[in-house]
Amino acid sequence: MQIIKPGTNIDFIGKRKAALILSAAMILFSIISLIIHKGPRYGVDFAGGTQILVAFQESVDMGQVYTALDQAGLGNATVQESREGNNFLLQIRTIQTFDADSGVLGEIPRRLHETTGLFAEILSIDMVGPQVSKDLRSQALYALFYALLFITVYISGRFEMKWMLSAAVAGVFVSIVYLFPQITENFFRISLPIPLLILTALILSLIVFWKLGLAYALGAGIALLHDVIITVGLFSVLDIEFNLPIIAAILTIMGYSLNDTIIVFDRVRENLASRGKKTFAAILNKSINETLSRTLITSGTTLLVLIALFVLGGGIIHDFSRALLIGVVVGTYSSIFIACPILLFLHKKQGI
Amino acid sequence: MKLRSWRFYAVCVALILAIVYILPTVKPGLWPYKTINLGLDLQGGMHLVLDVEVEKALESTMERRTYELRDQMRRERIRFTSVRRLPDGSIGVRLAEASDADIFTAFHRKEFPDMDVRRHTVDEGLEFRFTIPAEEKNHITKMATEQALETIRNRIDEFGVNEPDIRIQGDRRIIIQLPGIEEPERAKQLIGQTALLEFKIVEDSHDVQDALKGSMPPGTEILYEIRRDASGQETGRVPYLVNRRSVLTGSSLTDARVQVDSQFNEPYVSISFDRQGARQFERITGENIHRRMAIVLDNNIYSAPVIQDRISGGNARITGSFTMEDARDLAIVLRAGALPAPVKIIEERTVGPTLGAESIRKGLISMLVGGGLVLLFMAVYYKGAGLVANCALVLNILFIGAALAAFGATLTLPGIAGMVLTLGMAVDANVLIFERIREELRLGRSPMAAIHAGFDRATLTILDANVTTLIAALVLFQFGSGPVKGFAVTLCLGVLSSMFTALVMVRLVFDIIYGGQNNKVTQLSI
Repeated sequence: MQIIKPGTNIDFIGKRKAALILSAAMILFSIISLIIHKGPRYGVDFAGGTQILVAFQESVDMGQVYTALDQAGLGNATVQESREGNNFLLQIRTIQTFDADSGVLGEIPRRLHETTGLFAEILSIDMVGPQVSKDLRSQALYALFYALLFITVYISGRFEMKWMLSAAVAGVFVSIVYLFPQITENFFRISLPIPLLILTALILSLIVFWKLGLAYALGAGIALLHDVIITVGLFSVLDIEFNLPIIAAILTIMGYSLNDTIIVFDRVRENLASRGKKTFAAILNKSINETLSRTLITSGTTLLVLIALFVLGGGIIHDFSRALLIGVVVGTYSSIFIACPILLFLHKKQGI
Repeated sequence: MKLRSWRFYAVCVALILAIVYILPTVKPGLWPYKTINLGLDLQGGMHLVLDVEVEKALESTMERRTYELRDQMRRERIRFTSVRRLPDGSIGVRLAEASDADIFTAFHRKEFPDMDVRRHTVDEGLEFRFTIPAEEKNHITKMATEQALETIRNRIDEFGVNEPDIRIQGDRRIIIQLPGIEEPERAKQLIGQTALLEFKIVEDSHDVQDALKGSMPPGTEILYEIRRDASGQETGRVPYLVNRRSVLTGSSLTDARVQVDSQFNEPYVSISFDRQGARQFERITGENIHRRMAIVLDNNIYSAPVIQDRISGGNARITGSFTMEDARDLAIVLRAGALPAPVKIIEERTVGPTLGAESIRKGLISMLVGGGLVLLFMAVYYKGAGLVANCALVLNILFIGAALAAFGATLTLPGIAGMVLTLGMAVDANVLIFERIREELRLGRSPMAAIHAGFDRATLTILDANVTTLIAALVLFQFGSGPVKGFAVTLCLGVLSSMFTALVMVRLVFDIIYGGQNNKVTQLSI
């Protein structure tokens, strides 16, 4: 059995302009959505506050729920209801945090029981103080940055044998990102906004890769950024909350998307060795086509398990698997339509 | 073809190890080795991050030093006009006689060598300003955090929690993991309480109502007694005017136990002082007969009984309107001692046992369904070779589970998701190999040559491709905490084991099936 017939030769590279327009539109769309929504919608991990998940056996009157919360001192909480199996779930969110002796969190099930007459079971409580949420936000950004940097170093080391050069570049960027905030903090008493710092470092590192002619690293790096921006953008469009597991999902997507890109690049390198008179574009096309069935099968099986997780995994895993679903599709697309055309573009420019 | 190649031994060792490590999890008690740790999100429990407010420890050190300075100067007969806290937090000392400056310098060098002293000239003359040097501050911070950890550990041990995990994170944070805790709110109160027990003499010479209006005698403060009804609901607050300085603190306690008053059938906490504390208690009660002594815990008055007589023997009782449970918790915190500084809960994650069990069930179902679909696909698409790959896939799960148990890693809900995801991605290595073999076959190679070429050429690609996922997973491991870390761990293990199964195990099976026939194979089931 075969999905892709041997000898298939689809002109992927010829469609690069259309792909470029599509990608640019998606990125623009993502950025606009992020601007309109004033950044990603942070969940409790990154925004701070308290989130309480309560289960009832029967459906409850929301008016009564709000009354109970008001009595417990949670007047400003928002409540989201959902159904899972036979359970009615309430997700209670507030920006407040509670100290050990406040006893508010213990009050909630009691008050809910009093007003609704039903037994309320606390399934989970997540409380994140302002300092912790701030720490988590910057840690998440650092993690994304480091992952991107290390992966690109690996790529240019592996494909261009420029281990030392790319490692040196990465080392410089890591130390700048690490030291710069401390310097400004200690000597000038300015705390830098981390997102700005990371963004600048990212753009600078891409420019450096470009100037140093690290084409494979640049191609992979841009493809990765493309995936991350579009995934985050789609989350913003779909109004899904950003939590710690989503960051885990995005990092996994980075690894996955690169996995795809590397397999195509690997084939490009192999085909370049027995190049003959073929143009670089033809080599790229040939490589993409030769690896196409593998790309489709692996993406397919991954999507298969992700759909299983998405449908059957339950509430907590739901958004996590949704992020991965989006990411796998975008990542597969980007390794064919973004990473390869960039390689071609750089090839023309710099004669790689 | 030699069957006993290194691959054969590697696979045997891996399989044996995997079975050894996974058995206890499958059948508990069968093997004396550890089972897979379940994260708090799967078994239920509470995760707390506390911030030790070390500034308060520094502050109370400064307060104490101020008292000490004053006392010692009196003892040494160095006359001063003032010893007081300055707005910037330092202690300012002004001498009555400027000529005492040299004597004073010799005095503080001897008695307070660990403080920085600067001379300042102010309008009224000379002022010495005492501060704590940065090094000493760090030491106090460290000590406060360590002592808080120790105290909290004692409290939790007394409360009774299975396998609590309590650790210091960074300079001043404490992470507490309490698996399977049943009364999270109560545990939180027990942990978060400063539990500073003080005895303060009530100032009866002055009317409380006047004091509330603002006319307070120097050295006094207003504290409240909170009255509660039988169900624990607050019914009122009674103000007391008390002396700011405590006559005795909980640091002199040796024991605290819950007892029940036979007359009113109400619980109370009986406390015993150490020798020095007992002597002091006797002296204080003797000096203050018919006055009231407030028993203050964290600035709340529990009760303020009238001292009837000198109390010797070093025993006292704390009464108040509390339930049996309150009394028990109070006894625990008093026995464990006070925290050196207040703590603040800055992060809490509590998962009830129902949600945890539900998560495991759903995770397993999605693993079965997702994995089943993948297995089905592989068998249909690659036929015989697909079946071999499927064995490898199932073994992957076994290897991940065994490695989790072997390394004592923790399985979390995202970790289960990571395992499911691994199922989808682990086929990648096999797909790469099989596609390559098919290509080689199409190029007209013999089956054996195609197998060799397929594995050889795919190996490098597989390594390259998996390293990126590994990098992402390692960064994630470094960054993440709890559940996310669990995901990173299973992802790493999944990548490693899928490489092993594809490159070593599947290869071995191919060698066994086709290798023995000395290149006479004419057709591959692929």
